[in-house]
Amino acid sequence: MQNTDKQGQQGTPHRWGMSVDLDRCTGCEACVVACHAENNIPIVGPEEAARGRAMHWIRVERYWEGEFPDVALKFRPVLCQQCDEAPCEPVCPTYASSHTSEGLNAQIYNRCIGTRYCANACSYNVRFFNFFSPVWDKPLHLQLNPDVSVREQGVMEKCTFCIQRINTGKTAANAAGAPLKDGDIKPACVQSCTANALVFGDLNDPESQVSRLSHSPRGTRLLEELGTKPKVTYLQRESWNESGNR
Amino acid sequence: MNLETDNRLTEDLLRPVLHTTRRFYVAVAVFSSIVLCGIATWGYQIYNGMGVTGDNWPVFWGFHETNFVFWIGISHAGTLISAILRIVNATWRRPVTRCAEVITAFALMIGALFPLVHLGRPWLAWWLIPYPSERGIWPNYRSPLVWDFFAINTYLLSSLLFLILPALPDFALIRDRTTGWRNRVYGFLSLGWHGTPKQWHRLESAMHIMALAIIPIAISVHTIVSFDFSMAVVPMWHSTIFGPYFVAGAIFSGIAALIIVMALLRKLLHLEAYLLPLHFQNLGKLMLTMSLLWGYFVFNERLTTWYGNSPHEMNVFWSTQNGKYAPLFWTMVICNFVIPFPLLTIKRLRSITATVIASCGVVVGMWLERFLIIVPSLSRKATSYSWGAYTPQWPEIVILCSSFAAMALLYLLFSKFIPIISIWELKVGQHPQMKAAAEVQDAEAAGELI
Repeated sequence: MQNTDKQGQQGTPHRWGMSVDLDRCTGCEACVVACHAENNIPIVGPEEAARGRAMHWIRVERYWEGEFPDVALKFRPVLCQQCDEAPCEPVCPTYASSHTSEGLNAQIYNRCIGTRYCANACSYNVRFFNFFSPVWDKPLHLQLNPDVSVREQGVMEKCTFCIQRINTGKTAANAAGAPLKDGDIKPACVQSCTANALVFGDLNDPESQVSRLSHSPRGTRLLEELGTKPKVTYLQRESWNESGNR
Repeated sequence: MNLETDNRLTEDLLRPVLHTTRRFYVAVAVFSSIVLCGIATWGYQIYNGMGVTGDNWPVFWGFHETNFVFWIGISHAGTLISAILRIVNATWRRPVTRCAEVITAFALMIGALFPLVHLGRPWLAWWLIPYPSERGIWPNYRSPLVWDFFAINTYLLSSLLFLILPALPDFALIRDRTTGWRNRVYGFLSLGWHGTPKQWHRLESAMHIMALAIIPIAISVHTIVSFDFSMAVVPMWHSTIFGPYFVAGAIFSGIAALIIVMALLRKLLHLEAYLLPLHFQNLGKLMLTMSLLWGYFVFNERLTTWYGNSPHEMNVFWSTQNGKYAPLFWTMVICNFVIPFPLLTIKRLRSITATVIASCGVVVGMWLERFLIIVPSLSRKATSYSWGAYTPQWPEIVILCSSFAAMALLYLLFSKFIPIISIWELKVGQHPQMKAAAEVQDAEAAGELI
């Protein structure tokens, strides 16, 4: 199964992961916009969004702490946690939701028959269903990314860690005959993050920034107690506490 | 048994098959138009997308899945009850078994449609069938939905056999009493039944084997349906009690459906002489047992959740106990327990009307139970940011109503073409030797009650 382009620097397969620095996130939602543009995510409109049909592969969750006016606002960008023990995978009757050799929770749109079981089983609610056929108002249809397939009505979709960018990066490295360097591949959300809160890379490369951050003492994983083994690490707010700012 | 009773039985029970009233045509027209509305609505849903339903993020399942579990539950009426009554050789079962088995067959067909109705791309549902194809992949055998597919198909096949096998002598009876197309059709259906001792013997052994085999199948089916929920790490779904809890609930709702159907048949087909108060009494007692068992399971489920006090589960727990879903929860408790309990416990109250009232409550209550298992958990999953709500939309309500109409229509058509009470089994029961045995049994039963 493992051919050369799946090998990382140490000869082991890649294992893609991300770290999210909650201290750095400003809640600007540039990642959400970038993700929509990159991945051809349908925009459902205000009425449908109010009915819970909005599709944001990455979202910035807002939490308020304390009582007005003494409130603190906290942001938490949430995307697919690319779990190693993903609850969405075993429940899919057609293998539409399956694990790749590089540890991604792939969603194979053509296999999906739309049971929506994966979305129910997902503890993070990061799977989105095409309740209607996607429509892009003109001239938005002209900005569709040709590298990403458009999903049809009745199909589940989710964050792919921008697999099209991963594959392009690997192909380019292969063509140049040079090994893939840390930071060569950036998913759209990472690229657009002004505060550098999001870091993406190969967890199997001990020298990569994401590897080091994932071992940070500030590192936690979302709903880790469920045993899903997420590959996204959240770096808890430290400066916040040290400055006595609550 | 004298010839007179024999003829009267045949006349009474074949009348609905051989004579058609105007009322029948009207009823068929009404029910078929409702069913057609449902089919058209499904078409509308397929054409426009699942968005026409109330499903949303994060409540991806709603009415359709509730209906699925509900109808598969109803299907436990028949085969299971009839198999148990056959095995314990309860003599009073004779007029009840076929009514019950027919419910199973049709409720399963309707229930098995809902997984298709709920699919985003139903035209690809055949991908669940394992066969070597150009796609090069099998269905995912780790998925409870694939287990469902096999469990339900097995149950459907075996309950159809269980229904048709003991109908062979009755097909032959109609064949012998008719001419023309009826003679030919029933001749084919009776599979060459001539009532030789060898055939009777084989039928008896076959029924015995089927009755024994079908009980584990029926139990496995609803256990697997419960696995659809309990296998997922969703608050209050991930529970070990779901298997037996679902099976008990299924039998409970099944008996309720059977009582309602029997009361309707008794009135509409004038079967007062065959479906006796005794049958309603006995089924009422059986339903009381299931009501108690159901209450026990609910108590266990609720108490352990509350005592365990896991934060994720408590969010779901309180939303059903005193939150948004509390009115539905307490309606369910009233329908499934508070109403049936006195009506079925107090001997004086246990009339046909009372058992029917209790049964109507149970059918409503058990539908609510399934809804309350599915929706509150999905709307209160682990992270509070993604909590949500669910409001059913008209297509789901139309499809729910049409599923009831489909049941009525199929039952109506069945009782038109096949005697709804097994004629030969009733005749066997009229045999002096059998009658004496039955009297002894009844006396014993009465003795135990005192």
